Amino acid sequence: MKEIAIDVTGLTKSFGTRTVVHDLSLQVPKGEIYGFLGPNGSGKTTTLRMLCGLLTPDSGRGTCLGYDILTESDEIKRNVGYMTQRFSLYTDLSIRENLEFVARVYGVPDPRQAAREAIGRLGLSTRADQLAGELSGGWKQRLALGACILPQPKLLLLDEPTAGVDPKARREFWDEIHNLAAEGITVLVSTHYMDEAERCHEIAYIAFGELLAKGTAREVVDQSKLSTWIVSGADLHRLAAKLETCDGIDMVAPFGTELHVSGRNKRALDAAITAAKKADGAHRWTRGEPSLEDVFILLMDKPKENFA
Amino acid sequence: MSATTCNDIEGERRDPGFLRRTWAMVVKEFVQMRRDRMTFATMIFVPVLQLTLFGYAINTDPKHMPAVVLTRDSGPLTRAVLAALENTDYFDFKEQVRDPEEMDRLIRSGKVQFGIEIPASFERDVRRGDRPAILVIADATDPVSTGTAISAVQGVVDTALRRELRGPDAEVKSTPAPFEVTLQRRYNPEGITQYNIVPGLLGVVLTMTMMMFTALAVTREIERGTMESLLSMPIKPIEIMIGKIAPFVLIGFVQMTIIISAAHFVFGVPILGSVTLLVALSTLFAASNLAVGYTFSTVAQNQLQAVQMTFFFFLPNFLLSGFAFPFRGMPHWAQAIGEVLPLTHFIRIVRGIMLKGNGFADMQVDAAALLIFMVVAMGLALLRFRKTLD
Repeated sequence: MKEIAIDVTGLTKSFGTRTVVHDLSLQVPKGEIYGFLGPNGSGKTTTLRMLCGLLTPDSGRGTCLGYDILTESDEIKRNVGYMTQRFSLYTDLSIRENLEFVARVYGVPDPRQAAREAIGRLGLSTRADQLAGELSGGWKQRLALGACILPQPKLLLLDEPTAGVDPKARREFWDEIHNLAAEGITVLVSTHYMDEAERCHEIAYIAFGELLAKGTAREVVDQSKLSTWIVSGADLHRLAAKLETCDGIDMVAPFGTELHVSGRNKRALDAAITAAKKADGAHRWTRGEPSLEDVFILLMDKPKENFA
Repeated sequence: MSATTCNDIEGERRDPGFLRRTWAMVVKEFVQMRRDRMTFATMIFVPVLQLTLFGYAINTDPKHMPAVVLTRDSGPLTRAVLAALENTDYFDFKEQVRDPEEMDRLIRSGKVQFGIEIPASFERDVRRGDRPAILVIADATDPVSTGTAISAVQGVVDTALRRELRGPDAEVKSTPAPFEVTLQRRYNPEGITQYNIVPGLLGVVLTMTMMMFTALAVTREIERGTMESLLSMPIKPIEIMIGKIAPFVLIGFVQMTIIISAAHFVFGVPILGSVTLLVALSTLFAASNLAVGYTFSTVAQNQLQAVQMTFFFFLPNFLLSGFAFPFRGMPHWAQAIGEVLPLTHFIRIVRGIMLKGNGFADMQVDAAALLIFMVVAMGLALLRFRKTLD
């Protein structure tokens, strides 16, 4: 049995009358990259903040690296690196000064040396004295990650670390995260990007403060029981509008020159497609595989249907 | 959207959108003004505060100043003189003292502003026409507050005696005056205003700058988003507070050096007491203001609010501390407010050390007040400091 780095149950947090996280339970095995997915305002950031002691849960309990999240937040802070969504290093300090500050706060024995090493690892040796605020978005993210791992944490909590970063920088960022995981560091990372979700060992999908699905990417897709057809041809926009009203079709999403038509009930979907095909001869219809994105968008729509 | 719905004032450029766009801006500004409670409060309270302070609290012709009397004679003439002095409303006789040392001590510590000594056998000497001398000692560190009282003394005592000396002693009246009044303007004999203002300025400058520095300390971290990161690190609130206050103590030290040097070398203000003591207590004062500023920064929502709070705090400090206007000239309620402001105590300390040559023993109370102020402010700041983002 694998060691567990994060083990929380029933986490609930409200701000005023708004419940942001509701009865959330999460187990993250040690050394794994665990993806945390969900739309904006779904409670991802709030959950991460509760895990590292920045917010106190209204109810629920659990441990982070074996330390109680309610009573041992000092210990947690010492061993967890939290990378905030918004760049939160000092923009008016240089790269070196920022890293030395972090090293000193964590009580690293030789802060100057530790900062120098971190700068070397980041490949920023020639720019060490540049102000952190002058860096481009991608470099800011790398620096923030560098600052997070400098005190050698056992757990990394990364809140949308690659938002607004170009694909190459994102790729490199993820390579680094995999290297860290290989060294035994546990990583809990929130993201909006589906390709990133697929690079995680396991994912959890959260929407409206509730955890709706978890497992490997494969398992999440399979659990959804979603079936998908792919339609290609001309004038897809009009077809999409028509298909959306059909019974058995839960979701129609354009993907470039294709439409993904999905439904939760395979039989109902197939029936709807057969009917649509009959009425329309101009398009090519093929059976497809639902993507993770299809699954997530569907999951997001679910509660809304309940209200309707 | 037609031009007719929005007619321009004659002479204006005929742009139908002008008023509409201006109006849009006005509406937006009002909405924002309403949201920003602190600014709104500033707009209302500052005029009210200033009206109250200037209208009621401040009096450049102070009355009822605390005084002590040392009488070595207890005849009716002495009583008449004292009664006359009290009737001027300038003096408020706190107590009788027995020896000149006690009187000196009370004046030096600032507990009383005047000491009046009536010599032994005063009455006999007057009746004999020996022209005895009444000694009036004034604490002239603040020449404004003592000036009018001093000028009133001579005339009042004179008339009082003339009323008392009737009958057989009437011929005594005919001489120019039956006694003399010896005036001692202590600590600032020439009544130089700079002696009063410049040391006080040290306190005013330290209050203003120190508070301003730290008032932004926490709010800046919150506004820039760096607080989130800081709070996730293993650093304690007290460590953050001390770390943020300490550098400014050094800045305050530089400020002190500049002002004290200028006071002494440029304005010629004497430093009779210990410079070390002055610097040590100024550092304590700087630290207590830094603590107040830091407390504001844990309360304020943003940097603007923090600045507004320091302004709110600075105003009464400036007006009620005895810096701008005589402390004893204010009504009791205003003096009571003044007593809880750190600048009041610091001004007593600076003037005491520089002009009176006071030692620590004379200023224990004021130093203790500063210390208490600092500890309370720091305690509040630590209570208010949010360790989480809840």
